[in-house]
Amino acid sequence: MRREAPQKIGDYAPLFFPATMLIVFFVVPFATMIAVSFFQRQQGGFYVPAFVLSNYERFLSLFFANVLGFSLMLAVVVAICCVVLALPFTYLLTRMKRKVQIVWLVALLSVLSLSEVIIGFAWSTLFSRTAGITNLLVMAGIMSEAKALLPSFGAVLTGMVYQAFPYTVLVLYPALVRLDPTLTEAARTLGASPVKAFFTVVVPALRNTIVATLIMVFIFALGSYLLPQLLGRPQHWTLSVLITDQAIYQSNMPFAAAMAVFLVLVTLGLVALTVMAGRKGEAA
Amino acid sequence: MKDLVNRPLGRRAVLAGGAAAVSMLAMPSILRAQDKSLKVGVYGGYFKDSFDKNIFPDFTKASGIAVESIAEPTGEAWLVQLDQAAKAGAAPADVSMMSQVSMLKGQSTDLWAPLDVTKIPNASNLIDRFVNKYPDGRIAGIGAVSWYITLVTNTDVFKEAPTSWEALWDPANADKLGLLALVSNSFLLEVTAKTYLGGTNALDTEEGIQKAFDKLAEVKPNVRLWYRDEAQFEQSLKSGEIPMGQYYHDVTGLAAADGNPVRSTFPKEGGIQDSGCWALSRASTKVEEAHVFIDYMSQPSIQATLSRKVGTSPTVKRELTDLTDAEFAAVSSDIDPIIPRYDLYQTKSDWLNQKWTELIVG
Repeated sequence: MRREAPQKIGDYAPLFFPATMLIVFFVVPFATMIAVSFFQRQQGGFYVPAFVLSNYERFLSLFFANVLGFSLMLAVVVAICCVVLALPFTYLLTRMKRKVQIVWLVALLSVLSLSEVIIGFAWSTLFSRTAGITNLLVMAGIMSEAKALLPSFGAVLTGMVYQAFPYTVLVLYPALVRLDPTLTEAARTLGASPVKAFFTVVVPALRNTIVATLIMVFIFALGSYLLPQLLGRPQHWTLSVLITDQAIYQSNMPFAAAMAVFLVLVTLGLVALTVMAGRKGEAA
Repeated sequence: MKDLVNRPLGRRAVLAGGAAAVSMLAMPSILRAQDKSLKVGVYGGYFKDSFDKNIFPDFTKASGIAVESIAEPTGEAWLVQLDQAAKAGAAPADVSMMSQVSMLKGQSTDLWAPLDVTKIPNASNLIDRFVNKYPDGRIAGIGAVSWYITLVTNTDVFKEAPTSWEALWDPANADKLGLLALVSNSFLLEVTAKTYLGGTNALDTEEGIQKAFDKLAEVKPNVRLWYRDEAQFEQSLKSGEIPMGQYYHDVTGLAAADGNPVRSTFPKEGGIQDSGCWALSRASTKVEEAHVFIDYMSQPSIQATLSRKVGTSPTVKRELTDLTDAEFAAVSSDIDPIIPRYDLYQTKSDWLNQKWTELIVG
């Protein structure tokens, strides 16, 4: 089948619905948020339409820079952990029998049906002193005394990786299934071990997919605001937690909007940098 | 916006409506009461359910005024809705239960219709601080309910009950506390001022507030959890994972009655007493009915019913109620309470919020 360029307006018709959806549910709310971020906050009240920069000024401080830095770092670490775990996992999965694959995929999809709240509370129980996994280690004689593993950075990271892992697998899966098996076979024939073949043939062949997955998990992790509260200390709270505080508890919509706009801009900037670096790498 | 909220009329709502219509036909007294009606805003969820069940039907029977209860969202969203509706001359609810900070914010735009105490004879039963006044002395609101936040402990971990808020600062309690995460709902500045700085008046100046923040910073190493979600702390308190903290007195009492190893203590400096007011929107046309309602709610017997059924502390003087010692102790205490400095959360909210966030996050 040959793909023809659209000739008449009618040929664009299939685009109208998604375009309308995009405008109504993304462009309009986002534009509203940008507008509100310039409004004047009225302390002890709400806000009035205006054009002021004070909301952005308040954000430009060492304190918020640290919180932003931590949020970005956390999202990057989550993305890297997820991809490092999910890539070999998905690769092995695609080599299994179809039935086994279906069981695994259904199990992973069912994790997606859990809400962040349930994931958070489940991990906080697993990491607790009174009912957590350290009790098993004590029973096995590995540890002398049960102890709490939360609140800690490790707990936050575990929860977030757990939450993002199924997405990572689902994004990697199609690319790995389509990967030509003769590539690895050729590598094996030429004497590479399975591990070497994975790292020298599979990983480079999937370069673009891996970068795209990293970006997707990074953005997904950046929006997390519940798990850092449930599993971490205040220094592990992300910028999203502080945005929620301002929007819901302080009724300071302009400041919350300014922080959110800033977060989106920084994210877009980082994604653009990654894509550009990827292109340069390809050219070299 | 209003249409959006009202439109999805589920099967459940239709059934409930049908049931209400049937019961109305069965009870002619309530049908007649339709001539006079009042829309009352109450915090959605537990409060609204309890009021609908235990309070409003009796009021309708006694006064002939039908009550349409409206679930208020928490936070300040309801204040904003009332304010904007009043500007357009409408009142989504005639009388609303409002937090003290919302009362002050509403005062700044003259949102509350001044109440006439001569039409509320029972107002004389109230403890003075529960009469909310405009700066010029007009009455903006009348105390509806109050509740306490106290020092709670796990009895397995703490065999002896603590006696003072100073326990929060005790180095022996390192990494053992669960405290509320926001400056405006934990009221820990007031606790610090009352415990160490001679009273909440110490917060009158920014230097005084700074001193309280400095003192409060010493608590930080003891805090394991800064919670926004109540279930999170309650669970940890019961299991002993986080054996001490601040929590609601009545809820802790109920948990203890269920056999959980928890206790609520009124420290010698007093528990934190927070409260809500009944306030009338200036756009309401039901001024007479509103006064009848507020008068009814201020009766000692009704306040006692609220204590027994809803778990709130009476806003009227204790000796006027028929609460037994045990019933009173379940919701309140005779120890002079710590009253939050609501004015600060109106005039200095952003500054306080910023200092507080830097304190606990930094």
